[in-house]
Amino acid sequence: MSAIQTVPLNWYLLLSTVLFTIGVLGVLFRRNAIIIFMSIELMLNAVNLLLVAFSSYLSDAKGQVFVFFIMAVAAAEVAVGLAILMMVYRNTKSSDINILNKLKW
Amino acid sequence: MKALVLLSSLGLISLLAEIFSFKKLLYPFVLIGLVATFIFNLTDWNTNITYFKMMHYDNYAVAFTSVILVIAFLWFLMSESYFKEETSLTDHFALILFALAGTVIMVSYTNMTMLFLGIEILSISMYILAGSKKDDLGSNEAAFKYLIMGAFATGFLLFGITLIYGSTGSFDLTEISNFVTSHQGTVPSIFYAGVLLMLIGLSFKVSAAPFHFWAPDVYQGAPTVITAFMATIVKTAAFAAFLRLFSTSFASVNDTWVNIVWVMAALTLLVGNITAVMQTSTKRMLAYSSVAHAGYMLLALLAGNSYSSSAILFYTTAYSIGSIATFCILNIITNAKGNDTVDSFNGLGKSNPFLAFVMTVALLSLAGIPPTAGFFAKYYIFTAAFQSGFTGLVLIAIVASLVGVYYYFRIIIAMYFKESTDETITVKINHKILLITVAIAIIALGLFPDFIIRLL
Repeated sequence: MSAIQTVPLNWYLLLSTVLFTIGVLGVLFRRNAIIIFMSIELMLNAVNLLLVAFSSYLSDAKGQVFVFFIMAVAAAEVAVGLAILMMVYRNTKSSDINILNKLKW
Repeated sequence: MKALVLLSSLGLISLLAEIFSFKKLLYPFVLIGLVATFIFNLTDWNTNITYFKMMHYDNYAVAFTSVILVIAFLWFLMSESYFKEETSLTDHFALILFALAGTVIMVSYTNMTMLFLGIEILSISMYILAGSKKDDLGSNEAAFKYLIMGAFATGFLLFGITLIYGSTGSFDLTEISNFVTSHQGTVPSIFYAGVLLMLIGLSFKVSAAPFHFWAPDVYQGAPTVITAFMATIVKTAAFAAFLRLFSTSFASVNDTWVNIVWVMAALTLLVGNITAVMQTSTKRMLAYSSVAHAGYMLLALLAGNSYSSSAILFYTTAYSIGSIATFCILNIITNAKGNDTVDSFNGLGKSNPFLAFVMTVALLSLAGIPPTAGFFAKYYIFTAAFQSGFTGLVLIAIVASLVGVYYYFRIIIAMYFKESTDETITVKINHKILLITVAIAIIALGLFPDFIIRLL
């Protein structure tokens, strides 16, 4: 029995759901672009945690391979995201997303 | 698979063009490459090869890849000037080609891993392209919103995939569907939560209400050629992926999602069409109209019968070629007059009858008036939904498309019945080729719709 399985699966499920929800709320309610990025990372890492737990409980490596894919893609996404943020900052001198309100109906 | 290899190689060659300085030749080279990819893709027809249990090249995949390649070719004809103006032009070619490679994965995956990778390869390229006007704050905002909303949606999609993996022990579409049919009644409840989370994630990607609010902002802020790419190719690929997932893996649990998709389709149709009426900017109006068209396609997804895939294939084809033409003309008008309000189309029927004629044909097709392709596209979608017993939703869709007629005709009326003192607009040769091809294609598909419908 691996170290992961010393904790019941439902606890992982609960922890991941809580972390994911915190991430979702962060994206929806925070107004600083950097914090929004961090919240998205939190959502993805909640998923990673749960995948590893499932993978261990199912004795199946596919879940852990998927985690690598998520990590690689998340890194690419953050690289692009920070570049976009730099571009916004150059034009507005702020990382507050309330400035980005030109497009509205 | 040949299409994927060729598109990725074309993307890599584009990157090399910067080093070996054959930038001027790159544009014709990519066009020839797309034609070659199209031909090689057709040789995959009826082969049904599965690669590493990850991608399955059935006729569904080949048909959607072909449609995407045709639209991509037209898109390149439309956006020649975009590639001339840009300083980092090779990167833009590469990003577009990698995005196309992502769409090929999205239409042919049989494994959730490939679904995720396909969506991300497409999306990350699109985030960069949406922000490609670096000094324009609107473009910055579009890129930022697209990135945040895209990543947010990916989070939901991944959480859904994880829960489904946790309950079935597999990422493979057929294995998941087998698990569900062999465990009737004992499927863990987290599986259903996973289905709903994936539904939310994919609804964000196809911009279905109530997850559509990012789309109008992003479509308006991004450069018009990139908006055209997002409204046509991205939407086609996203719907192909959506349908593939829900018709293979989740068809047997449809009582969990049918009602939700029903409400979403109705909302998308009403919100998209009614909000489009209130827009003064044509670009934003087309963005809302693209949201509304997602609603019609959800109908076919909901129907879930043997007509669904051919109906969606025909709809995406008709909608994409119509949209490419409208966005191309919008781009020409915006460049000539400096704004994109409906009034900027005033008197186009006199000052440039050719543009006005093609615009009319494209708008009639988008509105669904016979004998254009758009009419049969809607007809097949409604038939598919009707045969599965969604009569109420079909009625809502018909009312919504009547609202659609109103705002499409506003442009046609502005072109033919309003006066303008403006000088004539010159149309470039590549735009002429594109617009003539599209006008012929719209009418040809309207007269002989069987050609595409029989494919799947």
